[in-house]
Amino acid sequence: MPINYYIFLSVALFCIGVAGVLTRRNAIVIFMCIELMLNSVNLLLVAFSKMHHHALGAAVPNAGIDGQLFVFFIMVVAAAEVSVGLAIIVMMYRNTHSTDVNFLNRLKH
Amino acid sequence: MNLLATLVPLLPFAGFLINGLFRNYLSKSMTGIIGSGTVLASFVLSVMIFMDARAEGFQAVTVTWFDFISVGKLHIPFAFQIDQLSTLFLLIITGVGFLIHLYSTAYMHEEAGPHFARYFSYLNLFVFSMLLLVMGSNFIILFIGWEGVGLCSYLLIGYWFKNVDYGYAARKAFIMNRIGDVGFLVAIFLMIAHFGSVEFGDVFGKASGVGVGAVTAITLLLFVGATGKSAQIPLYTWLPDAMAGPTPVSALIHAATMVTAGIYMVARSHVLYDLAPVSQTVVAVIGVATALWAATIALKQNDIKKVLAYSTVSQLGYMFLGLGVGAYTGAVFHVMTHAFFKALLFLGAGSVIHAMGGEQDMRKMGGLGRRLPVTHITFLIGCIAIAGIPPFSGFFSKDEILSAAYAKNPIYYWVGVFTALLTAFYMFRLYAMTFRGAFRGTDDQSRHLHESPVAMTLPLVVLAVLAAVAGFLGIPAVFAPNAHWLARYLGPVVGEGGAEVERGMGIILIVISVVVALIGTIAAWARFGRKPELGEPAGFGKVLANKWYVDEIYNAVFVRPLDILAQVLVFIDKHIVDGIVNGVGKLVQYGSRQLRLLQSGLVGGYVLLMVVGILILFLVELFVKK
Repeated sequence: MPINYYIFLSVALFCIGVAGVLTRRNAIVIFMCIELMLNSVNLLLVAFSKMHHHALGAAVPNAGIDGQLFVFFIMVVAAAEVSVGLAIIVMMYRNTHSTDVNFLNRLKH
Repeated sequence: MNLLATLVPLLPFAGFLINGLFRNYLSKSMTGIIGSGTVLASFVLSVMIFMDARAEGFQAVTVTWFDFISVGKLHIPFAFQIDQLSTLFLLIITGVGFLIHLYSTAYMHEEAGPHFARYFSYLNLFVFSMLLLVMGSNFIILFIGWEGVGLCSYLLIGYWFKNVDYGYAARKAFIMNRIGDVGFLVAIFLMIAHFGSVEFGDVFGKASGVGVGAVTAITLLLFVGATGKSAQIPLYTWLPDAMAGPTPVSALIHAATMVTAGIYMVARSHVLYDLAPVSQTVVAVIGVATALWAATIALKQNDIKKVLAYSTVSQLGYMFLGLGVGAYTGAVFHVMTHAFFKALLFLGAGSVIHAMGGEQDMRKMGGLGRRLPVTHITFLIGCIAIAGIPPFSGFFSKDEILSAAYAKNPIYYWVGVFTALLTAFYMFRLYAMTFRGAFRGTDDQSRHLHESPVAMTLPLVVLAVLAAVAGFLGIPAVFAPNAHWLARYLGPVVGEGGAEVERGMGIILIVISVVVALIGTIAAWARFGRKPELGEPAGFGKVLANKWYVDEIYNAVFVRPLDILAQVLVFIDKHIVDGIVNGVGKLVQYGSRQLRLLQSGLVGGYVLLMVVGILILFLVELFVKK
């Protein structure tokens, strides 16, 4: 499969994630959208990694391996982020009985 | 000598500090003692310096205090020069100054303590500045003193500052003097540019090497300064208004000393003037024109001090005539005799005003001769002296100037003689209206008429004696060759006087001027002795009484346009300059108020902005940055 398909797919996923972050007010949905963006990047990294591996072939045995390594890093960081983020959301819900981010506009004052 | 020269100006300065700083604690008698005592001490020291200076072959001494200004190649020390000219002025300033301080202790006695001390501190500061002016060994020190006396003149004219008119007169004097000072300053700058120095010795030594044009420019600009300080056409109008100050101030500052600063300065720079014939002509013409002009105005004034003020302007014109025709000794001689008789006349007028309870209008006086005998006699001596009747002092000095003027150009002489006629006439009009005839004041004033206390009459008597005999210091050569003590004394500084007339002609000139003075005297005495001039003047007299409308002309030509210009500039400042400044502030405020809306506190908004920003960066990267 040509690389274009992967790129279009991941760009589409990323844009959906951005749109979700911008438009939704529910913190959990925003969170999911952030995950979506992260994973679209992961998909792109894997796709490019595979592409480089094929292009260079036997000449460079480990070609494109660093892209896949990055993906693991991102997954780990995302998992850590999710644990912290969900904890924050839980605390937020306990305090405001809502997960609406617009409630948290105290920064202004 | 060094110590003496240092102490002479410092003593009045100390008096100024003590009286000024402790004016709320000192008693009035203590203030008077400090104020007069410091000047008396200066006078004694000046006499000691003078005793040294009068010796044959005395060389000028320079006393340096410290390096005042040192920039690049220009070095201006704070130094005093003691020579024959400055010692003579020292004697006049401290001597007449002391008498006037003494007189003031009685004249100003009704003032409250702090104001009394303020008055004396100003007077002492004035004496200090005037001493700096005549002692400085370069033009900068001279200029410091010049500005100092201008300041004191302003402060003392406006001494009764609660009277708005007096404050206005003080401002007028100050501003008129500033106009002249600009000329003086530019002259100093030119000196620095051409000679690289402002020391008298350097400047006069190098003067012949820079060309007539530069010297003419410098001397003319110096003379602009002199017209301001010494009240010559066109800057003379401040002096009559300066009579708003207390009468002893008029005597000290506006008759005897400060206004002669211009004469001193020109006489001091005579080397430069000798090299610039054009400037000499200008000085002579302005001088003789001022003498005549002011004398005509004095004819019709009814305020006793105004007459004396215009007479001062007129006599200063004589002095400048003397300077212009090269009779430097004669001019300085006239400064000295004028200091005596004009201080005497002013103090006498003060005594009259004191007795009349503040009345200055001569039309309400008359017949004071019997009630104020000492004032009367001394005043009469002063009148005779200024009229130029021998053997009183004014005759000798005025005649010396006039005969030198004749030698230069007979027109100067004839104008001068005509002025002498007017002088005798208006002085004896003043005398007759004040001291002769019947008393025209109120009964109340009549009951209170009294001779002044001894602190006031003593200076009158001393000055009267001086006014009577000081002329013998300068006996003209036509009477006795080599009898002119002053010319011999000042010779090393100002050189050999102006052009001489031959002996026969000299005697004729003297006879003419004496006859003219007598005619003026007798005419005035006959006309006003019995029938004083009380009505309002009409016709040409009205023009003279209104001072040729010069003040009105100045108002219309200079003051009014400047006022209008000032109002326009105020409008520009308020609406355009301020508008720009305030507009910038308002714009920033408005902008920030709009920008503040971005900070909504909504996380979504921030994220949106972030995304928009990233998109813009992408677009820039893709399309613009190629």
